[in-house]
Amino acid sequence: MAKVLMKGNEAIGEAAIRAGCRYFFGYPITPQTELPEYMSVRLPQVGGVFLQAESEIGAINMVYGASGSGARAMTASSSPGIALKQEGISYICAARLPCVIVNIVRGGPGLGGIQPAQSDYFQATRGGGNGDYRLLVFAPASLQETIEIVEGSFELSEKYRVPVLIVGDGMIGQMMEPIDFGEAPMQESPEKSWATTGTGGSREPNIINSLYLDPAMLEQVNISLDHTYKEIEANEQRAEEIGIQDADVVVVAYGMTARIAKKAIEESQAEGYKVGLIRPITLWPYPFASFEKINPNAKGILCVEMSMGQMIDDVKIAANGRWKTSFYGRAGGMVPEPDEIKNEIIKIIKGES
Amino acid sequence: MNEKIIMAGFGGQGVMLIGQLLTYAGMYENKEVSWLPSYGPEMRGGTANCHVCISDKPISSPIISKATSAIIMNNLSLTKFEPMLIEGGDLFVNASLVDIEAERSDINIYKLDANSIAESAGSSRSMNMAMLGAYFGKHPCVSLKTVERVLTQTMTGSRAHFVPINMQALSLGIEMVQSGQALAR
Amino acid sequence: MEILYQRSKGLTDTPLHYCPGCTHGIVHKLVAECLCELGVLGDTIGVAPVGCSVLAYNYFNCDMHEASHGRAPAVATGIKRVQPEKVVFTYQGDGDLASIGTNEIVHAAHRGEKITTIFINNAIYGMTGGQMAPTTLIGQKTTTSQSGRSEEHSGKPLRVCEMLATIDGAKYIERVSVDKPLNARRAKRAILRAFETQLEGKGFSLVEVLSTCPTNWGLDPSESLDWLRENMIPYYPLGNYKNWE
Repeated sequence: MAKVLMKGNEAIGEAAIRAGCRYFFGYPITPQTELPEYMSVRLPQVGGVFLQAESEIGAINMVYGASGSGARAMTASSSPGIALKQEGISYICAARLPCVIVNIVRGGPGLGGIQPAQSDYFQATRGGGNGDYRLLVFAPASLQETIEIVEGSFELSEKYRVPVLIVGDGMIGQMMEPIDFGEAPMQESPEKSWATTGTGGSREPNIINSLYLDPAMLEQVNISLDHTYKEIEANEQRAEEIGIQDADVVVVAYGMTARIAKKAIEESQAEGYKVGLIRPITLWPYPFASFEKINPNAKGILCVEMSMGQMIDDVKIAANGRWKTSFYGRAGGMVPEPDEIKNEIIKIIKGES
Repeated sequence: MNEKIIMAGFGGQGVMLIGQLLTYAGMYENKEVSWLPSYGPEMRGGTANCHVCISDKPISSPIISKATSAIIMNNLSLTKFEPMLIEGGDLFVNASLVDIEAERSDINIYKLDANSIAESAGSSRSMNMAMLGAYFGKHPCVSLKTVERVLTQTMTGSRAHFVPINMQALSLGIEMVQSGQALAR
Repeated sequence: MEILYQRSKGLTDTPLHYCPGCTHGIVHKLVAECLCELGVLGDTIGVAPVGCSVLAYNYFNCDMHEASHGRAPAVATGIKRVQPEKVVFTYQGDGDLASIGTNEIVHAAHRGEKITTIFINNAIYGMTGGQMAPTTLIGQKTTTSQSGRSEEHSGKPLRVCEMLATIDGAKYIERVSVDKPLNARRAKRAILRAFETQLEGKGFSLVEVLSTCPTNWGLDPSESLDWLRENMIPYYPLGNYKNWE
């Protein structure tokens, strides 16, 4: 298929529809609003349902009901709205339901701003809701990668019965970039014998539930969830790696920040410095395996984020004391410049960091 | 090539449109492109702007902090975006509507009476195309044939007659810059 | 031997956990009987709330979905929008529906969701041990209004039927009681009409059932029924508040 130019939020919607998503429950919030707008037009055309909920809480609970009914369902919001969804996300995780959630991140805390940010890393990877749960978290760095992730996410979510969270920022949501929609992804869901579709009088009732008053039973639920999470950790770590085996400095950055870091790396390389990149594509499971390939004699790892330092925690866990780690961040909707990152790289190489 | 263009003006002047037009044309010529609009409260109060990148190399960030060119359609946008141009950058000003002077001496300034150009092309609504033409006059980063192809795709049916008008405004804008008539400083 | 009465097929064999004298059991039975009599039990998905009836998913003999506190109408919306041909109901108490879940219930009604809500109003939080609800009567003592609810401090009790009846999307709204057999029969009739409202695709339907909570009211079951008649019915008048027919 030929390349098309689409706005990120709309491309996410189209990709979801191509992946068989037929139910979208949303609520307006900048900078993701074009996604529900797009779905309100497109879903009825393909026999689906778009519903504007009374709140983000309503929307995620509608996803809970729709997914429990066996449907491919989706919701999206931006940071404060995702905060509101956390209760529902926790229930969905406990009930082992698949769904896809999109967070077009804006600066926080509180009402924050509306410009691009990466300040929801903790919320995404450490669980904003209660209980021992994980989400499969993706952070694409281009619109092409975004649609490929969205298209694969429904299948992945159903395979593990774990929700998928896709984290973009205002740039991903708002910008237009060429996209090549390739082969249509799998639209068929696996048999969902657990779905609440009515007993038809011919089977025992299905119950979608997250309440276990017996501690021994709840522990078994926790153990079973943990088995799934371990399986995901083993199978689904994804990252882009550039020149990390012989790098003197490795930059770690995700999403749009990684693109800016790439520019800084190219400019540093042009000046003769050996600089590599790890770009986590999954934020959970975190791509720890990539760090094992870093040059053991590297001078340091530089973590760059559009936050005051959140992913740096995982970078430190991954480095495990083997390399010096440092951090550079811009926040509040400010986007780092390649020059700023290059300066930090050179500081590490010259031992000034 | 590494063009970073900011286009700014009032809502309704078609700045978003010429940004998309340029982005589409770049894509059709297999260049790396991105288009990023202003959004949220920035859009209230009637101003609009977009950032367009066209490059031979992958675009690191669609947000432009240092622009190679700026197309400015109102006073407010001149004040806001003039400082964001690189040294030696090109500023294209719609003199029909901008009545304040640019302050920098380290940039090239092109002033066009875009309104008159548009009217002589056949429609005052093609003012945005006259301004895009001025930009092409200095930076022919895509071919006019590709631009025409994009226009023909977007303006269909009852709007089809705008294609030749827009192409005419574009040509007149190019001429103004290439003939040196538009160079103010 | 001729069977004159038996447990409804709409209920499972799981023994109810409700306190002696609590009227939840009666309402469960009525709902189950209605689903069976309408022949829709196998096509029904129920949504349980948080509160005393949180375990309702173990009692109704149909597919069930347990919701978070107050969100049952949103969950039911998701289910119904995916399966518009199925019967979807929520079963919610007054803390769940009239306090934390007002947003969800108001907007389910406002959208005219074709779902049915069974609303149990016993003027108190039961599961957490007797705290004040929005429906607690003036002067009623609870663990969070120990000298009795005062209007100045907490406002007057919320009348849900009256409120929801103002919404166009709500097509059948009725308040009933199960304090005596005659009222229980009337309650069943209302529940049947509510489900029929849904089956006929008219819009949102709700039946509020005034109920007792002997444990948290500190009364025996019989005294509780008297208290309901003497105090609740005068403030929460029984009757139909909205009927599409």
